[in-house]
Amino acid sequence: MDAVDTVAFRVLAVLAVVSGTLVFRVDSMARATFLLLASFLCVAGTMLLLDLDYLGALTMLMMTVEMAVMVVFMVMFMMNPAGLMPMTMVHNRRGALGLSLGTFVFLAAGALLVPWPDRRGAPPADVTRQLGESIMEGKMLVMLVVGVALFATMVSATVLATARGRYDRYGDELERSRPDDPVPGGVGR
Amino acid sequence: MTLELFLLLASALVAVGLYGALSQQSIVMIMMGLELMVNGVLVGAAAFWYFVSPQLPDGQVLVLLALAVMAVEMAMGFAVTTAIFRARDVDMTDMAADLKG
Repeated sequence: MDAVDTVAFRVLAVLAVVSGTLVFRVDSMARATFLLLASFLCVAGTMLLLDLDYLGALTMLMMTVEMAVMVVFMVMFMMNPAGLMPMTMVHNRRGALGLSLGTFVFLAAGALLVPWPDRRGAPPADVTRQLGESIMEGKMLVMLVVGVALFATMVSATVLATARGRYDRYGDELERSRPDDPVPGGVGR
Repeated sequence: MTLELFLLLASALVAVGLYGALSQQSIVMIMMGLELMVNGVLVGAAAFWYFVSPQLPDGQVLVLLALAVMAVEMAMGFAVTTAIFRARDVDMTDMAADLKG
């Protein structure tokens, strides 16, 4: 670890926390989403400092796309999405502040007081190969579970977000010859 | 750059995310708080891998798992939001307090 890395880490860490805090301070939903993205990018930057090239790049790409999707939902579901007038939409602010400060103190005390074990071994020459081989060998169960979970997520998210599926329109046994729609008409009817 | 500094960063991110998840009324903002908390997990897992046992892949696999959790959380969160908004025009947690008791 040389001095440049140390400085880079401190800058990224401060930026990550500050932009994460600003997410809940700005009025504009679009701004909040992109501040969250900035926080993720700073965290990905710290991962790059730890030689985690693949995971850092993966975090950057995934979070950029995720926030691009999120901003659409933010504008969809929030009143005042442009933040043209000041607003606060919080409840129990004092309790939440107290709890989160307490959590920080607790975790920080743990981080500083626990005698962490010394480093054993050194990073392999190819860090990405280490990850790839492990999820295709010893940690394959993780990959299998993640795969099934992601598939289940796709199916259930689609089912939940569908307004009127074919069972609503054609009956539980799909027995109706004509769909039962609130508004009749349409192509082929 | 030490393990302690990385863990401090992770604690700060988790605490900020917890504040957001507890205090925000909008469901979408709550999900942003949850994402920030998982963000802290990313930092913590990466730091433990690098500073404690870099020759084992466990820390890296944990980072991968946290990324998958983020994707699942966001997809399911928005699906539930869409469903409840469609059914009852609810987009704030205080309007969906039926199970409070």
